[in-house]
Amino acid sequence: MTVPARTYIEAIREGLRGEMRRDRRVVCLGEDIGAYGGAFKVTEGLLEEFGEARVLDTPMAESSIVGMAIGMALRGLRPVAEMQFADFISLAFNQLVNNAGTLHYRFGFKVPMVVRCPSGGGVHGGPFHSQNIEAYFFHAPGLKIVAPATAYDARGLMVSAIRDDNPVLYLEHKFLYRRVRDEVPEADFSVPLGQAAVRRPGRHLTLVGYGSTVAMALEAAQTLAAEGVEAEVIDLRSLVPMDLDTVMQSVRRTHRVVVAHEDRRRGGVGAEIAAEIAEHALEYLDAPVGRVAALDTPVPFSPPLEEFYLPNAAKVLEVARNTARY
Amino acid sequence: MSEPRATSDLVEIPDDDYGDIPRETLIGLYHHVRLARELELRLVSLFKQSKVVGGLYPGYGHEATTVGSAFALGPGDVLLPLHRDLGAQIARGQPLKYIFAQYMGKATSPTGGKDGNVHLANPELGIVGCISHIGAMLPVAVGISYAGRVLGRTVVTMSYIGDGGSSIGEVHEALNFAAVLDIPFILVVENNRFAYSTPVNRQYRCEHISDRAAGYGISGVRVDGNNILAVYAAARRAAERGRRGEGPTMLECETMRMMGHSVHDPAQYVPRELIEEGRRRDPVARYERYLLRHGVLHEADVPAWTERVAGEIDAAVTWAEQSPMPEPAEAARGVYAEGGSGRTLGGGV
Repeated sequence: MTVPARTYIEAIREGLRGEMRRDRRVVCLGEDIGAYGGAFKVTEGLLEEFGEARVLDTPMAESSIVGMAIGMALRGLRPVAEMQFADFISLAFNQLVNNAGTLHYRFGFKVPMVVRCPSGGGVHGGPFHSQNIEAYFFHAPGLKIVAPATAYDARGLMVSAIRDDNPVLYLEHKFLYRRVRDEVPEADFSVPLGQAAVRRPGRHLTLVGYGSTVAMALEAAQTLAAEGVEAEVIDLRSLVPMDLDTVMQSVRRTHRVVVAHEDRRRGGVGAEIAAEIAEHALEYLDAPVGRVAALDTPVPFSPPLEEFYLPNAAKVLEVARNTARY
Repeated sequence: MSEPRATSDLVEIPDDDYGDIPRETLIGLYHHVRLARELELRLVSLFKQSKVVGGLYPGYGHEATTVGSAFALGPGDVLLPLHRDLGAQIARGQPLKYIFAQYMGKATSPTGGKDGNVHLANPELGIVGCISHIGAMLPVAVGISYAGRVLGRTVVTMSYIGDGGSSIGEVHEALNFAAVLDIPFILVVENNRFAYSTPVNRQYRCEHISDRAAGYGISGVRVDGNNILAVYAAARRAAERGRRGEGPTMLECETMRMMGHSVHDPAQYVPRELIEEGRRRDPVARYERYLLRHGVLHEADVPAWTERVAGEIDAAVTWAEQSPMPEPAEAARGVYAEGGSGRTLGGGV
């Protein structure tokens, strides 16, 4: 079996294309996703292959894009809606949180839909084109959230998100689109929701990340190894449901943990992970849970400001060293 | 891509232009409009006995609009009612017992007590219940219809908004989506003159909400919302237009809210003369007079109908009252669809 290298963005497209070929119920909708192929070209070529009924260019209205996807899901389709930028999902907050997230609980409807969210910073998009939106939705019942860090996962999680019977937010990181490239099989495969991956084994410290911070953690782990600290790197891959078992098992072996995410620190997903560890593995800890995250500010625009705002490998390394030495 | 439509066809349906409505339909409408009225009066009475959990938002006075519009839908169509639309629910076949069980928070209600009052659905009957955020169901309706198109089946969707709700942005979004995609979507505007306490002159500046249809390039129709046959005929036409691929319709039904926003609102802000006018236009009495005048119904039949409607309501209330409350631990279950647990409208593909 050939295992060609694919970029993260190609892997997303291949995940979409494969599911659209396999299942005629899979329909994409969003702004400029048709002839133009999407603002980032994720959907390039899909209109030509599947036609405008299944690659639907919509008017500009995020709330109705998500609301329409809900209706499509209720009537038996498996819609994949694109937010042009994850930031704009704030306009669809009500549809996701109050409508999509409650339909199974209230009426027993399944709502198989995916909302693709081009997320994150590092591309100088400024306050409204660079945000990480997971914490807003992490709090809401009824929604699932995935955040791939590799091309393999980008495709495998797309497949699982589309096949899942619940609304799934698919956080695709814009910085990773053309910077991450790894081996992705040609054959059909999927990555299950709610299963973390151990990207590097280690026995002295656990680094937990997802999306853009996985690469930062791996880079930090390499430096730490040269210093005699073997860090285990866990890629969560999926935030809801979250594979806390893998995190706990690692923490119980390493006794030290640092959680890294690109999203802001206050009320972020890392806070929940730290609380879970405090509740379920406190007696195994030899150091406080370390956290690496963005500043609690809007995402600044100018490169030096954005660099100061965002986490990076050096910031992960600094917190990891402190945690290892504690 | 289709050409934009130059103008909307604003139509007032004259009093006797109902087309050829069969006797069976006339009687069906009568049955349901009486049920809708008695259902809500019984709910108010149960509320006063503290048997209704939470709030109650009566559609007393709206029966012609809710029953008449929903009655126009076909078997594969989908209804997305709003909070004052119990009449539409029962016109679509929602069993009365489910409605009472829902208001009482019983385990036997369609939501098992997880949601209350008018937030009820029925996938088999093509009913999707609303969330309390007015306007949020409109793009959902557009998506349901669109899915029908992808699956090769025409699905007319009907949803509702009030004069107050017409101010919400999602109304514009959904009508615009439906317009550009030629969706067979019917938005019934229940213009009942008050949004909670806010009168229509603080809600919009145009003469009629349905005048806005022209701006979307869709059909705009305005009818007397207390005339059930006018509503039914207009909704039928809208559904037929939709099925022919002629896109959405905004159907404004002019009615009057005859109680407060909810049963705990005495509505002292409503001028007396409006209430009196509403009484003179009462949709249930008016339709009964029409049927008597045209010999569809005879004076001697009326008491039997009254008895039948009361009997149906009594049976439903008894069933609901005898139903158990939900098990507390059920609160923790069912957030996600797992193992194929979820249902789909119309049984899916």
